[in-house]
Amino acid sequence: MSAHDELIEPRPQGALGRFRAFREERPHLFLLVLMMLVAFFMMDPRTWVVLTISGLAMGAMVFLMASGMTLTFGLMNVLNLAHGAFISLGAFAGATVLVHWLNGQAGEASVWANLAAVLPALGFALVVAGLIGLLFERLVIKPVYGDHLKQILVTVGGSIILMELIQVVWGPNEIPVPRPETLTGAFLIPESLPVIGGVALEKYRLVAVILGLAVYGLMTWVIERTRTGVLIRAGVEDREMVEVHGYRIRLLFLGVFVAGSALAGLGGAMWAMYREIITAHMGDELMISVIVVIILGGLGSIKGCFYGAVLVGLINLYVGYLEPRLAAVATVGLMVGVLMWRPQGLIPVIKV
Amino acid sequence: MMQRLLSGDYPRSRALTALLLIIGVSLALGPFLFPGVRAFSMLGMICVFIIVVASYDLMLGYTHIVSFAHTMFFGIGAYGVAMATDAFGNGYGAVLAGIGGAVLLTIVLSLLLGLLSLRVKAIFFALVTLAVAFAFLSLVTQLYNLTGGEDGLAVRVPRELGPAFRPFDEPWVGFDVVGFFSGLFSDPGNAFKDALFDVRVNGRHLVYYIAFASAVAVFLFLLRMVNSPFGRVLQAIRENEFRAQALGYRTVFYRTAAVIVSAVLATLAGVLFALINRYVNPENTLNFELMVFILLMCVIGGMGTLYGAVVGTALFLLAQNYLQDLLKLLAGHVEKGSMLAELVGPDSWLLWFGLLFVLSVYFFPAGIVGQLRLWAARRRQRRAGNGGARRDGVPAQGESHAS
Repeated sequence: MSAHDELIEPRPQGALGRFRAFREERPHLFLLVLMMLVAFFMMDPRTWVVLTISGLAMGAMVFLMASGMTLTFGLMNVLNLAHGAFISLGAFAGATVLVHWLNGQAGEASVWANLAAVLPALGFALVVAGLIGLLFERLVIKPVYGDHLKQILVTVGGSIILMELIQVVWGPNEIPVPRPETLTGAFLIPESLPVIGGVALEKYRLVAVILGLAVYGLMTWVIERTRTGVLIRAGVEDREMVEVHGYRIRLLFLGVFVAGSALAGLGGAMWAMYREIITAHMGDELMISVIVVIILGGLGSIKGCFYGAVLVGLINLYVGYLEPRLAAVATVGLMVGVLMWRPQGLIPVIKV
Repeated sequence: MMQRLLSGDYPRSRALTALLLIIGVSLALGPFLFPGVRAFSMLGMICVFIIVVASYDLMLGYTHIVSFAHTMFFGIGAYGVAMATDAFGNGYGAVLAGIGGAVLLTIVLSLLLGLLSLRVKAIFFALVTLAVAFAFLSLVTQLYNLTGGEDGLAVRVPRELGPAFRPFDEPWVGFDVVGFFSGLFSDPGNAFKDALFDVRVNGRHLVYYIAFASAVAVFLFLLRMVNSPFGRVLQAIRENEFRAQALGYRTVFYRTAAVIVSAVLATLAGVLFALINRYVNPENTLNFELMVFILLMCVIGGMGTLYGAVVGTALFLLAQNYLQDLLKLLAGHVEKGSMLAELVGPDSWLLWFGLLFVLSVYFFPAGIVGQLRLWAARRRQRRAGNGGARRDGVPAQGESHAS
């Protein structure tokens, strides 16, 4: 195949040619590097480092929320606009564990006591969102497979119901969420290092970046190295062909949907600890970032979703620093720009 | 006459005709039938939202385009008037300038939106409009020196459209329908006399009737439009886009046109909203929740039937205003503090409407109007199919017989 390509189009020569090839073949990296460079020249390097790390942290959390939605769309052509409700659900479930059940541990200074509070909180968020996701798929989404209009309507309705139920269970007010003691505060880069010495990095953001990367790694591993992953990828590409081979794609889809909801819940719980205050409608606001991310990345693509999330996180922080009022506009502007440049998104998987 | 006015698209159901007549008469004589500020403002909102929902139906019901930016255009209209009167004072020139600017912005934005996302895939349109509407909302909230931010803007309407303008010295007589019927039970003798009340006609009634006339005009215009060749092409695109394309129609052009018409009408509704409400803020014009409400009204009333917009709007706004009272009454009978009390509490009316919405998408995809028409059609078929059998006392067999 590649030899054939070379016959038609010789490898690009010269710096400009190579640059063009890079732009066309790796648009996600091109955009990422471009954005970081532009930002780098518009602010001082130390601010830039802080903002970049924060942007990565936000990107990591948004990735957790968006990955499920992009996969459900890619695999089963299901557009789940109730995804935001699962983000809220995870946030409230996580907060419940932190606030009510394990209040003591989160306040203590020891790392282990903190972990004993955070891990159950994240786990509980994961489980609750996953279980409700299972119910939601069976009750709400299953009857409307293959009908986009009805999916949009039904999931918007489902989102209203879920958010109202959250308000029934947890009350209509905002809930403050304590951030574990060891994760508050910042981590100082030693003064001796050149350029970035003395920069303070918030610990929680570093943790978010690490967790996000871990989930991305795990997901990539599942998708690329395991049998389930092969089936998922095949299903995204051609659902009927997988069915013809005797696999029950509905079951696979159910699994992906539950996992996606659970990850949205995990992201929501992370976000709750990051923002330290939650409302039932926080999912609606985050949905916008999620939607921008999945359109940027290309519907159905995990890799695209990851880079899209990082781009959204970075542009939010950069623009938020330069002109706070335009952060949301810049995010959507990025999406519009990418849509005009590449209507299928940065790393398209499914044919649009 | 009726044929021309309704463009040959009759309600086609006796119950629906009756319902529409009730709504029409209530709106036409509204200020003289229902006393009180709350009822008056609700009637005004029904007129405004009939325009919003009917124009939304042109996209959603007739072309199957899901847009989440309808409130954005609504907000552009409302803010256009508010900002223009804020800057140039309360003359008619300022209002017209606001309308002109708003319509122009709407046309440009909707054209861009249509060309940008309808080209790719229909489903993108929903996502892109959602994101763009959100960006617009955040822009309006952030640019507070221009738009008043979260606090919003008071609209300075011309004097003739405000409460200070009194064209008649004598109060007119109104007749409280609800009071009359409840009076019939409690005190039949004086029910008629008690139901009479004074209406002091002022500028707000004038605005109300402008809104009412606009609602009727827009409704008839849309009815004309969907029953014209243009509307038929939209419906063809809805049923099978590929085939419409194969027949030689430039579907992107038609879709974009539908989006623009619908957006401009929403802008006009926003203008009326600003004049009636005399106060705009992001909460009452641009909120995502408002968008969901519009979707709910459209679907519960019946997608793809403009009459559904009227029925859905009236029903929804009635519920929004009075269902909470009903739920409060219900909550009084349930013990306090339990989960059940929360479920039927007045704050959770939206939960029940969401449930109704989802169920109606599953079981009555054509909404109230579609269901009424279906029943009427079945009855007609039964009558035509085995009218003879019925006279003999044999029950009808349903539509399978007739077809």
